[in-house]
Amino acid sequence: MSFRLAWRKSLNVFMLSLTGLCALLTVSTLFFILGYLVWNGGKDLSWGFFTHLPAPVGEVGGGMANAIVGSMKLLLLASLFGVPIGLLGGVYLAEFGGRTVPFLVRYTADLLNGAPSIVIGIFAYALVVMPMHHFSTLAGGIALAIMVIPTVLRNTESFLRDVPRSLREGSFALGANKWRMIATVVLPAASRGILTGVLLALARVAGETAPLLFTAFGNRFWSPGWNQPTSSLPVVIYTYATGPYEDWHRQAWAAGLVLLGLVLITNILVRAFLTRGTAYERT
Amino acid sequence: MATTPNAATPADIPGNSRTLSRRWAGADEIAHLITLIAAGTLLLITVLLVYQLWVLSAEARSKFGWSFFVTKTWDPVVGDFGALTFIYGTIVTSAVALIIAVPLGVGAAIFLAELAPPKLSSSLTFVSDLLAAVPSVIYGLLGVFLLVPIMRTTIQPALKKTLGFLPLFQGPSYGIGFLTAGIVLSIMIVPFVLSVSREVLLSIPRDQREAALALGATKWESTWKVVVPGARIGIFGSVFLALARALGETMAVTMVIGNNPKIAASLFSPGYSIAAVLANEFSEATGNLYLSALIELGLVLFLLTFVLNGLARLLILVTTARGSGVLPT
Repeated sequence: MSFRLAWRKSLNVFMLSLTGLCALLTVSTLFFILGYLVWNGGKDLSWGFFTHLPAPVGEVGGGMANAIVGSMKLLLLASLFGVPIGLLGGVYLAEFGGRTVPFLVRYTADLLNGAPSIVIGIFAYALVVMPMHHFSTLAGGIALAIMVIPTVLRNTESFLRDVPRSLREGSFALGANKWRMIATVVLPAASRGILTGVLLALARVAGETAPLLFTAFGNRFWSPGWNQPTSSLPVVIYTYATGPYEDWHRQAWAAGLVLLGLVLITNILVRAFLTRGTAYERT
Repeated sequence: MATTPNAATPADIPGNSRTLSRRWAGADEIAHLITLIAAGTLLLITVLLVYQLWVLSAEARSKFGWSFFVTKTWDPVVGDFGALTFIYGTIVTSAVALIIAVPLGVGAAIFLAELAPPKLSSSLTFVSDLLAAVPSVIYGLLGVFLLVPIMRTTIQPALKKTLGFLPLFQGPSYGIGFLTAGIVLSIMIVPFVLSVSREVLLSIPRDQREAALALGATKWESTWKVVVPGARIGIFGSVFLALARALGETMAVTMVIGNNPKIAASLFSPGYSIAAVLANEFSEATGNLYLSALIELGLVLFLLTFVLNGLARLLILVTTARGSGVLPT
């Protein structure tokens, strides 16, 4: 075996193992993050963490009940405003659109999807906080809704497009109108995929901090109604982690574990169950 | 306006309808209209976003003009605002992030697309997708409490000892700063580089690999000299996509960059980025000029990511369309 061949072969093995190492390094990050959070945050998780209000600085104990409820309210608003618009917009792109309008809509959806979340926060501030002159749950919910719309819209469109032509023709042949065909045949057939997209979009905004900083702001107490600043898990993690108190840091770890756990569990369940076995062959 | 054979006919006069489909004939137009309104809402939101950013930054734009981008002062008390330190911080941290993340992400993508058995590849891709879903504040949390101490006690002294002759690696080790922020960012953008690069690599036709192998190339040579060059443009696309992410990333950077508006050659120095100054100062901004200067920073950030995302999509589309005719969703 010539020297040249030996060199080429060893280079081959070396570079290929290097790429394997890259993959290993990347993938192990997730397990490392998860393990480190469990190790650091696990011991401070207790029943009180989920049911109590934050304790005053210096006092031991206290929880994040208000942040957890606040996050839920924000997500509820985000789905209430964001999902219907995204869903119907997706139906328009897949079923009705002509040529120019869908192109424009698709393009702006991708644009909005890639916009930094802090810019969305500025927009929601200008749109809601400035006219109302105060921070509110409503403003935070609208900021998150703006982030949900493009994702749901694009995802809905792509799953609707995958519904086979034969199903549509079958429906027409039975005398259905277009809207009946969409509502009773196409949407149910694509429902799993659409639901996947909605849940993943919500899981994504559940962890968003930047757009909430100056819309929902923060609150050490309960936030009644929709018109007052509210606490939320991501913002609390940020405030506590950058704060000066040891107690806060421990709470931040615990809250981080809860947030990461929720996001990862949603992702895993949705991807594992909903994407398996669709009503038709996915290409 | 009629879109189906069932559209309105004289038989549709109320009281005269015989079948269900006739009775609901006009409903198609209504459904069309409702969905069009939903799609239009998205357009409206985007137009409104750009309009608001533009109008609300008018005061700063007219006062500072183009000098906004080349001035270092940021003094809310006097009302003198320049963005240079923040732009510098954003560029430096993103550059560090790309230098680390691109080789790592592309290397991992090569492994997943070319070497790994399909089952392993798909489960590793799954993990990488999960990694992309981790909220940025979690990365910030780990950055503050785990990475910053390690940087201060181990990595920065080691870099100083080995590469200290470069101005990049000089000065006191604070732990926080450009380098730390760049490293956290790199971990966050690797999944994006990986998933897009993998998709692009997979779209290169199989015969090209086989032809290279048949000519006696090793697996690595076929990958590096045939497949990767074919996917080059798409890989560039993935890099732009990751760059757009890195530029706009807020929380993790804010937590570890040090939040100190200064320009320094050393990567160990604390700095500031556009997104970080927005996160820290926006809700406390007093006075219209201050707010308008911050909003102008937001506008800059938005336009930058807009251009980069557009470019990235174009490049990815070009490669995958040429490769296999299958477009990524």
